[in-house]
Amino acid sequence: MIKAVLSGDMPRSVVLASILGLILFCLALAPFLFPGVRTVDTAARICVFVVLVASYDLLLGYGGIVSFAHTMFFGIGAYGVALASTHLGRGFDALAGGALAGAGVAAALAFVIGLFSLRVRAIFFAMITLAVASAVAVLVSQLSGLTGGEDGLTFQTPRELGPAFKFGDELFGVKLNGKLLSYYLVFTGSLILFLLMLRVVNSPFGRVLQAIRENDFRAEAIGYRVVRYRVAATCLSAAVAALAGSLYAIWLRYVGPDTTLSMEIMIDILLMVVIGGMGTMYGAVIGATVLVLAQNYLQNLMGAAGSAIEGLPVLPQLLDADRWLLWLGVLFILSVYFFPTGIVGRLRRS
Amino acid sequence: MSDPILRLEGVCTNIAQYHILQGVELEVPRGAVTMLLGRNGVGKTTTLRTIIGHWRAHKGRVLLDGQDITHMPTPAIARTGVGFVPEDMGIFANLTVEENMVLAAVSGPIDSARLDWVFQAFPPLKTFWKSEAGNLSGGQKQMLSIARAMVEERRLYLIDEPTKGLAPAIVSTMARALRELKAQGASILLVEQNFSVARALGDTACVMDDGRIVWSGAMSELATDAGLQERLMGLSMDAH
Repeated sequence: MIKAVLSGDMPRSVVLASILGLILFCLALAPFLFPGVRTVDTAARICVFVVLVASYDLLLGYGGIVSFAHTMFFGIGAYGVALASTHLGRGFDALAGGALAGAGVAAALAFVIGLFSLRVRAIFFAMITLAVASAVAVLVSQLSGLTGGEDGLTFQTPRELGPAFKFGDELFGVKLNGKLLSYYLVFTGSLILFLLMLRVVNSPFGRVLQAIRENDFRAEAIGYRVVRYRVAATCLSAAVAALAGSLYAIWLRYVGPDTTLSMEIMIDILLMVVIGGMGTMYGAVIGATVLVLAQNYLQNLMGAAGSAIEGLPVLPQLLDADRWLLWLGVLFILSVYFFPTGIVGRLRRS
Repeated sequence: MSDPILRLEGVCTNIAQYHILQGVELEVPRGAVTMLLGRNGVGKTTTLRTIIGHWRAHKGRVLLDGQDITHMPTPAIARTGVGFVPEDMGIFANLTVEENMVLAAVSGPIDSARLDWVFQAFPPLKTFWKSEAGNLSGGQKQMLSIARAMVEERRLYLIDEPTKGLAPAIVSTMARALRELKAQGASILLVEQNFSVARALGDTACVMDDGRIVWSGAMSELATDAGLQERLMGLSMDAH
């Protein structure tokens, strides 16, 4: 049963399986285990980034394609939901329509970019995606009448997904309201999309992609049209990234260039893929969890550690909460040094 | 020679500014093994890669069963039934032996009788069926590379130096497998530096020098005529 759900791609390591099980357990019960606005928001961000990173891993880890436009597709999905909800009214039909339209536009754009640039060297595709992503980010800022410009768009989701909607009193001390439903919509959507990605990479299509990544000429000499497979992977990856963006927009009830289109998010995605392990899918789960937790709690952790060792020379200054970005960088360097194949790659080999 | 399966007519191939093939005229008879011989750098590998479409011939024609495949894309050529085993093996190291074989069977699921035959030829592949191909030894990787071509019946096999750098015991296994393939009536164009293997397998031979075929005829003729061997191989050596 579990093997079928995971498309036959078992973790192949007891430690890894335990970590993944723990993450799934924590995310599934996050509102009850860690009640609080910030913790649940962190859990929702992890869910969304798992899908986003998994979709990027399909490109980079499985297809060997470097793209800098992934946040653009993420943003297209988010803006799709925001625009649909703004113009069609607050309703599930607007959410579904916006999400599907966003996924469709993202896939179509990926198709056009891929068709023109995947025939040539991979570096050319990377440069094209960088250029297009920058152009779209500028366009979104400029078209303030439609997109809200730099301020972004705040929109209303269906009443059932808002904190004002109550469907019971309390369960284990947690209010049963629309925000809880909203979290479980994000969690369930992310879980389904992740399992879908797992199915894709373990299908014959996924195997051909891996073959192309390893030796594209050999894959062609066997009879596979490399460009077609690469374009298909790009479209699929873009559509899933857009759906992740839609889930993020539903959770935040806001979209803006900084939350969905920025280069910082693109760098985060790259870090998550590398830390988790490229070409493993489960690496997306580990990478997203580690980095989102570090981004949200490293500062607090360092502040507490700094206070605990107050009075010692040098160390409290080094662990000053304001230096959290420095330690995040150190964490990244160490993880790449000790886990060159990512955490998942290392755990599977050991 | 009547009804060859493959014919190259005046094929010229340039790689960057280098004129590698300079009018190759070659015929591969149906159901026979044709050895493509010559010293390093004369264009043997380029000839195979031109046939499979990796390098484009800028002049001349490549005819497979009379069909002009000169400008066809590589995947289309492969799907017409041309199996190619490259010099560098080209296995997919991160995939298992099974996945490598399944990918190579482009026309559908692997025929079990055919797979048994492949396992008979290369027993280690059965042993390491579920293992990552990257973990195989050099000889086993070469076996996998050839097995991928053999997993389906092809109209023509292009095999580039299958015994290069292998231990003598593995070379014997390779030679035995290729003999079995030949016994099934396969048409094979084989590049080989090991003359004893070439002599044992070849029906016909073509010797290349400077991007051209300088001699072609029966392998038996070349194998028994030391003077001819000396003249053809010595000619190349002296010229360079």
